[in-house]
Amino acid sequence: MTPTASALAWTTEEVRVAGSSVRLRTAGQGAPLLVLHHDIGTPEQLPFYEALAQRFTVLLPSHPGYDGSERPAWMRSVRDVAVTYQALLAARGLADASVVGLGFGGWIAAEMATMAPRGFRRMVLVGAMGVKPAAGEILDQALVSYIDYVRAGFTDQAAFDRLFGADPPTAQLEQWDLNREMTFRIAWKPYMYNPTLPPLLGGVATPTLIVWGREDRIVPVACADQYARALPTSRLAVLEHGGHFLDMEQPDTLAKLVVQFAAEA
Amino acid sequence: MHLMYFTEQPMSAYPADEGRKRGATALMFSNRHFDPVAGSRLYNEYLEHYRLAEEVGFDGIMLNEHHNAPFCMQAKCNVFASILAAMTKRVKIVLLGNPLPLADNPVRLAEELAMIDMVSRGRLVSGFVRGGGQEQLATGVNPAFNRERFEEAHELIVRAWTQEGPFRFEGTHYQHRVVNPWAVPLQKPHPRVWIPGVLSKETIIWAARQRYPYIALSTAIDATKKIWELYDSVAAEAGYTGGPENRGYLQRCHVAETEEKALANARQFMWMQGEFTGLAHPVWSSPSGYFSPSYRKAFVEYAVGRGSNPRAAAFEDQIRDQQIIAGTPKTVLPKLRRLLEETRPSILGFWASDGFVSNADATTCIRLLGQEVLPAVREMGKELGLWSPFEANAPVSISQPAPAAHPNGA
Repeated sequence: MTPTASALAWTTEEVRVAGSSVRLRTAGQGAPLLVLHHDIGTPEQLPFYEALAQRFTVLLPSHPGYDGSERPAWMRSVRDVAVTYQALLAARGLADASVVGLGFGGWIAAEMATMAPRGFRRMVLVGAMGVKPAAGEILDQALVSYIDYVRAGFTDQAAFDRLFGADPPTAQLEQWDLNREMTFRIAWKPYMYNPTLPPLLGGVATPTLIVWGREDRIVPVACADQYARALPTSRLAVLEHGGHFLDMEQPDTLAKLVVQFAAEA
Repeated sequence: MHLMYFTEQPMSAYPADEGRKRGATALMFSNRHFDPVAGSRLYNEYLEHYRLAEEVGFDGIMLNEHHNAPFCMQAKCNVFASILAAMTKRVKIVLLGNPLPLADNPVRLAEELAMIDMVSRGRLVSGFVRGGGQEQLATGVNPAFNRERFEEAHELIVRAWTQEGPFRFEGTHYQHRVVNPWAVPLQKPHPRVWIPGVLSKETIIWAARQRYPYIALSTAIDATKKIWELYDSVAAEAGYTGGPENRGYLQRCHVAETEEKALANARQFMWMQGEFTGLAHPVWSSPSGYFSPSYRKAFVEYAVGRGSNPRAAAFEDQIRDQQIIAGTPKTVLPKLRRLLEETRPSILGFWASDGFVSNADATTCIRLLGQEVLPAVREMGKELGLWSPFEANAPVSISQPAPAAHPNGA
């Protein structure tokens, strides 16, 4: 799963939409698939993206204020991000995109689905934040270092080492700090969930696949069941030996699940 | 000069080995290590120290607050300020200060401070701070909006003190549909506001723009001079000349009957700086968004153990740079003179003891300071023209004049 030489050729553009300038990267061919990254931001290239781009036109926005994109100083909630992305899809005329939400991005996707119950063709939530765990707690990143937080999301530490280096460079730490600051700006309290989300999920008609790593140490696996109960047309796939960052730990397995689910009628 | 007594109110009665085991004694260091019996004793000892400080001639008592850490027992400086307002007769009660961003209702702070000002018959100096990094986490307040909340709460409090109510306040972080506190300060136009700080340029610039005295907290002399260069340049832009009345300094200064004892006790100043218990935790002390973006690189390196604490220095360096002064009254005076000559503050806080210094030694230190150090420092201040804001009758702020005399003024 080392980033390969055949890395994706992304098209990058800045899209002015709903009070933000969204940095949007696009690659691949096929039906549109919006991919929403984690709270830690994302590396430029990932095998997971590459696998998806074989089958889909992948739209990978940087959440406003993340990974060096322009910070909307006014933004105060994850719902604000969701509305921004709804406006982005509308501006692109993408009426039936599917979405993959990774962790924090899963929370954004879920919020988007509540706003437009038939807006997505398919939705995949992977270790999604957004609901208050019935058991356990969402790991508080304010209490742990940048490296410890990201490592907590991996069950396979070798995968972390391959992606970020055993001792990540300072520039990477600065990027994680910047992203953490933006996360605090929009998800500080309550931390990493929205109490009004679960009841609203009851109105979502989008077929949804919920994927979770059994050993997710950032968002307890209890939340998988809560999402499954809250979303009327959903089903659940729990990956044994998987952590929070399934996209980076088990890219092929996760990509396969997404492709199969999207191919269903 | 305005000469103040200060102690962090260290909660020294806890098992230090537990702290070493945990690697930090802040925020997540369990309060099962807090002993309320010892706490009760220490609080009352500190009250006696304050009483003595007034008796031996200090002009002011400086108070502060911190949360979830043994290095400071004051969880609310307004509590001790209230006690001192009734217990003392002459000293200024100098809060350095209330951490504004931690307040969800700044109007309530304005009310509390007005009450303290009235009970003390106009002896309150109301400083404001941002609160330490871990304080944001201890109180669940968003570190990313720390500075915005500081500035907005300050605006609301000053308006609550000076503008007749009722009025409405619609801010970004604070919304109050009715601001009309019944209690307002005795001092007019309002109690003096002093701003303490260590590192942030933004705070120095902000204080200078407000024309509030800035109190440098135990910085090295060269760093202190740079602070005043910056302050004075901002003052000039704002249309006034910065001078001693704008300058304060908190000096760690322990005196004892012998040089050896003073130096041994002064080592306790390292107690809260982590030398003995590893008190600070690099992640908790600098949550993302709390510090200035210009320090981002330094703090992320510190957070993962790659860089040293941007705020820390070794004991020997601090003795050399006079961040810590220790000795007999006779030997500390030339050092204090050097501080006054080189940095010209008119407000001088004496941080007299810390850590495990015994009650007897802490008491002796206060007595020696009062009897042998303060009179000499006062003479130096006169000779050097270091007039305090009170002596100079300086304006309260850039927009508010010097105080009017009040009927029961102290």
